[in-house]
Amino acid sequence: MSIQRRDFLQALGAAGFGTAAMSGLPGCATMGGGAGGKVVVVGGGYGGATAAKHIRMWSDGGVDVTVVEPNPEFISCPVSNLVLGGSKQIADVTVSYDNLTKRHGVKMVKDMATAVDTDKRTVRLAGGGELPYDRLILSPAIDFMWDKVPALDNADAQAKILHAWEAGAQTVALRNQLVAMADGGVYAISIPVAPYRCPPGPYERACQVAWYFKRAKPKSKVLILDGNGDVTSKGPLFKKAWAEEYKGIVEYRPNHVLTDVDVATRTAKFDVQDSVKADVLNVVPPQRAAAIARSAGVVTANDRWCEVDFLTFESVKVKNVHILGDAIQIAMGMPKSGHMANQHAKVCAAAVVALLSGQAPNPTPVLTNTCYSFITDKDVVHVCSVHQYDKEKKTMLPVPGSGGVSSAMSEVEGRYAFNWAKNIWADMLA
Amino acid sequence: MRTIPIVLAATVAALGAVHATAQGSDPNLGRSLAATCATCHGTNGVSVGEVESLAGKPKDEIVRKMQDFKSGAKPATVMHQLAKGYSDEQIQLVAGWFAAQKAK
Ligand code: HEC
Repeated sequence: MSIQRRDFLQALGAAGFGTAAMSGLPGCATMGGGAGGKVVVVGGGYGGATAAKHIRMWSDGGVDVTVVEPNPEFISCPVSNLVLGGSKQIADVTVSYDNLTKRHGVKMVKDMATAVDTDKRTVRLAGGGELPYDRLILSPAIDFMWDKVPALDNADAQAKILHAWEAGAQTVALRNQLVAMADGGVYAISIPVAPYRCPPGPYERACQVAWYFKRAKPKSKVLILDGNGDVTSKGPLFKKAWAEEYKGIVEYRPNHVLTDVDVATRTAKFDVQDSVKADVLNVVPPQRAAAIARSAGVVTANDRWCEVDFLTFESVKVKNVHILGDAIQIAMGMPKSGHMANQHAKVCAAAVVALLSGQAPNPTPVLTNTCYSFITDKDVVHVCSVHQYDKEKKTMLPVPGSGGVSSAMSEVEGRYAFNWAKNIWADMLA
Repeated sequence: MRTIPIVLAATVAALGAVHATAQGSDPNLGRSLAATCATCHGTNGVSVGEVESLAGKPKDEIVRKMQDFKSGAKPATVMHQLAKGYSDEQIQLVAGWFAAQKAK
């Protein structure tokens, strides 16, 4: 008997045999008790895929799990900046969904979720049809707030001024723009005011583009136009890299809050600062929880993010709807990162399995985060933290004295960063 | 359909109760703590990368290394910072859980 099986039996026994069956959850009849029921997961990214796999594992196959995801394969945002630098290809950050089905019995539905009826407990699909759920897990990531960059609020403009803040076609298109740019040109990246997805991501991207320019187009420049007053993550480490490794290539300008762009001339406009014209203009727009969260009525903070109960990641407002990843209203010191989404997912998966078998969720959840950033193709720096549940404040708090950043960039951490990618992709999808 | 003898379930539940700690009565606490290590050490402690697997390692060894990371006695790139986020009791629990896993 596997350990998982034993844990499952413990949960089952402690709950009283057949509790879930008596509460009339569908799916229990085939399990002979324990965790049963139907879970629908919207989004197959770091949060959704991890949740799906772990609910199947931890319910010993008892809970029926369906993932709704329009993309045929998972493409990772973390590591995708290396595709812009040219040291990796998009295939290197792409992983199949096949094992979720083959090894774990997760049902994959290649479609978009367009609406949620939280009374009837159904999810409507773009392709027609509805999926019923006992518990719904939304890991929908972000939508861009195009109304904050009006000239980009159409598909034509978005094909010219790229965000590449969702990995895939946009990443490849931005790489192509960089390759097509003449030596002596300017690449500019606009960063939104925090919170946004992947705090160190824009600074890592500046490093990767500079790494490419240094080798292939040494007269070219990288201009960072930051909506924030200072670098939002690993500031001293990035600034050291720009001053030393990329001296004369990277220029950092804080307090540049983007108001609009001129698409034809690739000009960025700001609230206070002078406009900037670039040869390749890359705009990371302000973000909020994706539209499906709005449909479910779980967007409760600033009309942007979803507040959750950190013991279960259930919405504070809507029963049976859990939210993971970038879409949530973060707790103190909690970044919107892939690693964090993976950790949200496992707390949620354990809670969902417990709740579906009539058990209380773990009262003392723990989350870790580590964001590795590539300075060159090999040298890496990290920031990490550990977050424990605070019973009084009912939130996750970083443990005082824990966490921190690298002392300097190193190739050893470059190897550990690739180790991280392999293990976290396997943790979600293998 | 799988049937689970009630006696077995009850026995295992009793064992679970014995192992429950001051942390709370969640019988899956060790497993949940171990899940916070999986992003770098692999699902269930079986690594598919360069960083070592933890599955099947003796409990004492994991506890000792974690304490050495905490104190700074064992040099590290990241573990000295992460280890400080876990209580001694949590380190005991997570080490015990990994020790009980099959090393693949
Ligand atoms: C962000 C990635 C990451 C996470 C998360 C992580 N580790 Fe580690 N672990 C490492 C790395 C990297 C090393 C090598 C030492 C170093 O440079 O920090 C290591 C080394 C270790 C070692 C020593 C291995 C040996 O035999 O020398 C132990 C034990 C260990 N980790 C336990 C844990 C436990 C327990 C957890 C979860 C509570 C955990 N780690 C979470 C990255 C991680």
